[in-house]
Amino acid sequence: MKIVVCIKQVPRRDDLLRINADKTWVDEASLSFEANESDTYALEEALRLKEKHGGEVVVATLGAADASKTIKEALAKGADRAIHMCDAPLVGLDAVATARSLAAAIGPESPDLIFTGLQSDDLGYGQTGVLLAEMLGLPHASIVIALETSEDGATVRAKRELENGWFQWVSMKTPALLTIQSGINKPRYASLKGIMGAKKKPVDMKTASDLGLGADALTSREAIGTLYIPVREKQTEMLEGDADTVAAALVSRLRDNGII
Amino acid sequence: MANGVLIYAEIRGGELTNATWESIAAGQALAAALGTTAKAVMIGNGLADHAAKVATKDLAEVLTIEHEKLAMYTPDGFAAAMVEAIRDADPEWVVFSHSYQVRDFAPRVAARLDRALIGDVIKLKVENGQVTLVRQIFQGKINADVTCRTDAPRMISFQSGAYRTDAAKDGSASVRSIATEVGSVDIRWTAEERFKEVKGAIDLSAAPRIVSVGRGIKSDENLGLVRDLAEALDAEVAASRPICDNGWLPMDRQIGSSGQTVTPQLYVAVGISGAIQHVVGMKNSGTIVAINKDKEAPIFDLADFGVVGDLFEVVPAIIKKLKE
Repeated sequence: MKIVVCIKQVPRRDDLLRINADKTWVDEASLSFEANESDTYALEEALRLKEKHGGEVVVATLGAADASKTIKEALAKGADRAIHMCDAPLVGLDAVATARSLAAAIGPESPDLIFTGLQSDDLGYGQTGVLLAEMLGLPHASIVIALETSEDGATVRAKRELENGWFQWVSMKTPALLTIQSGINKPRYASLKGIMGAKKKPVDMKTASDLGLGADALTSREAIGTLYIPVREKQTEMLEGDADTVAAALVSRLRDNGII
Repeated sequence: MANGVLIYAEIRGGELTNATWESIAAGQALAAALGTTAKAVMIGNGLADHAAKVATKDLAEVLTIEHEKLAMYTPDGFAAAMVEAIRDADPEWVVFSHSYQVRDFAPRVAARLDRALIGDVIKLKVENGQVTLVRQIFQGKINADVTCRTDAPRMISFQSGAYRTDAAKDGSASVRSIATEVGSVDIRWTAEERFKEVKGAIDLSAAPRIVSVGRGIKSDENLGLVRDLAEALDAEVAASRPICDNGWLPMDRQIGSSGQTVTPQLYVAVGISGAIQHVVGMKNSGTIVAINKDKEAPIFDLADFGVVGDLFEVVPAIIKKLKE
């Protein structure tokens, strides 16, 4: 079974974000980066299927040169090789152009399964996986929280998370694409042996022209204008001081207002 | 020439969703700002009763696409039907709610029409006919003004709560069924019945007080602290998604888009940053208290009382004070 996992590198969750001077993006110089959270679950699910069925796990990443760190980590965890789409015209794309780029790289691989995370922690489009399925002519299931495969790998049965605590199982033939929800498994850490072995694993660097992607395909259909910190709509009373002081202030406010 | 707004009215589990009324309110607002009218479309089988309900709103028309293949939701069936609806209505804008169903099929519609779906929009601004949409990025920490660069149809999905359900204006619309070719569409899914995990499921929606815990707690060994606070407040314990993903608390304690929606009198968010997936489940709570080390955490935008500090110092101090 050949499985392609799309992994995006995003700013670390705990990092303090600062909007850049021209208000078009965040100041990346002060940030550290990591694999998008739901993508790490997607990778783990792929590695488990490889352990069951044999085959190959290929990582596909669209991102600047420093995304190689995240790719290395995925290889250290057990992915066999990677495709790194790394080229100026491939940076800062919207969901449609991103999916188009991924489709150009992944299509020729003819995988049995493609996994993406549910959505990215930075732009949060939550569309790339479904767009990619449509562009490659594959069926998909989104927001997958459990997965079963037939012995021969010809069909998958996926448990989808719906809203308000509802779930649904759906089945489809492979090849197919699944968008993976966080919590589907417990992602592994890379072993020391894995980290050493990752250095020898192939990373195929691709430019836009390698992928046959012209300016038209890479034109974003939505334009991000100005970025800003949301204006507080609620009058929040910030309680300040040491722990005992804020605790006393909070408890007295809650009591005075008849809340407790 | 494309004109007007087409609103997707969603059926889930045989019922019109609440979000549908929000979408109608959003679509009406967009149409009014552009000086045009709005239609609604519904997809399914046996839609007459639902269509009659939607037709009580101020809409130019309610379109229905019905077929036995559409009785149960599938992305193949619904994407094909939605493309047909868009071809029929030829709208300038298409409005969806950012529901899990829409997230599952609307990107396929966007790809087929080679258009953008601007998703998870919280606000709409129209100036001189130019539409700007506000999206949250970086988990709600930053807002971005977004514009659509394509020709019609331009598609938007609105976040739950962006518009109020009761803001949908009343009126009277005719209902028209449109022909569909969905019979010839290859449905590549076999869908089973929807279900809820019943085992030990707890209903937090009735809890008057909730203490909710997020990533800031760092380890399941620290959960005792949150339980003690909940006990001191006579509150239920709940959590944001990562806590349940890690198995530190059962899934039925999860608040947010994939968990429960709650409106307690008191909601205490401990170490929760306030990502939108969590916020949609608790933002209508009575009094919201937020304790977080990051002063920029979006949870403070919702809180009535905010404490920027180390929860491992602040929470024990609150417990001590409550016991005095």
